[in-house]
Amino acid sequence: MSSNILLFLTTFVASAVEAVEALTIVLAVGVVRGWRSTLIGVGAASIVLAGIVAVLGPALRLIPIGTLRFVVGALLLAFGLQWLRKAILRASGYKPLHDEGAAFAREHEKAGSASPAAPKRLDWYSFTVAFKGVLLEGLEVTFIVVTFGSTQGRLALAAAAGAAAVVVVVAVGLVVRGPLERVPENTLKFVVGVLLTSFGIFWGGEGAGVEWPGGDVAILGVIAFLGLLSIGLTRLLRQRRTAPAPAAARA
Amino acid sequence: MKYISAFFRFWWDFIVGDDWRVAAGLAVALALTWVLEHHGVSAWWLLPLAVGLLLAESVRREARASS
Repeated sequence: MSSNILLFLTTFVASAVEAVEALTIVLAVGVVRGWRSTLIGVGAASIVLAGIVAVLGPALRLIPIGTLRFVVGALLLAFGLQWLRKAILRASGYKPLHDEGAAFAREHEKAGSASPAAPKRLDWYSFTVAFKGVLLEGLEVTFIVVTFGSTQGRLALAAAAGAAAVVVVVAVGLVVRGPLERVPENTLKFVVGVLLTSFGIFWGGEGAGVEWPGGDVAILGVIAFLGLLSIGLTRLLRQRRTAPAPAAARA
Repeated sequence: MKYISAFFRFWWDFIVGDDWRVAAGLAVALALTWVLEHHGVSAWWLLPLAVGLLLAESVRREARASS
């Protein structure tokens, strides 16, 4: 039961973060160049993504669970560690924070400067940008949904969490009618980075033949260890950044 | 050709990302865990330890480079 909740929450939050990024791109293009071609792009990308889930989901069930956990764990580890690494560098000030307002402004400006489409014809700029944005961000959601779902044998639950996240983000976007700047995206990415990496360690280890002390409960220990380590590293880097250089301190 | 290179670039960015050393370190740690476990040595501690060290070293290197 608790592992189902953890799976749902992890998939939901990770999917929501990606959905916020896709929504920012779609909003910027739609507002500037019109909604018809933009929404056709979103629809086409959604069909491609649904196809990938429909093909990959059942295909992954044919792979032995040990092998699947090893491969999925390794991929999640590599993928999650990238999120976590960037989140630590952002939180400690070594990388600029991800700003949806600035991203929206950039896309808005680019969409405005692209050549206009003929009336009543498909605007290929809007279609391509919306398609690419939804497909690339959606692929990350698909990856998380398929890996989490297949490894735990809960593909439907993981897909429901991913879909719920997209619905919530789009609904909030429609209400706000603008980029979701107030979503604490950087904090969410930090948390998701810890969770993805922890599941990667857990499943990667199981796939390699590890028997975790305490069984499935060990995942909580891994999350705690990685969470504390990440907070510690962030504080250490923050201190180093704000500390005066040795020469300046002596002057 | 353009699409093939874009396809591989996407997967490289997706899996390896900015720091190839982290991905290489993870591959070594996973392989070592598998080898130890298949020789009867309990190696549950190896992956968390390796991930911790790789993460710390990677952010330290990046912070030093950008300061």
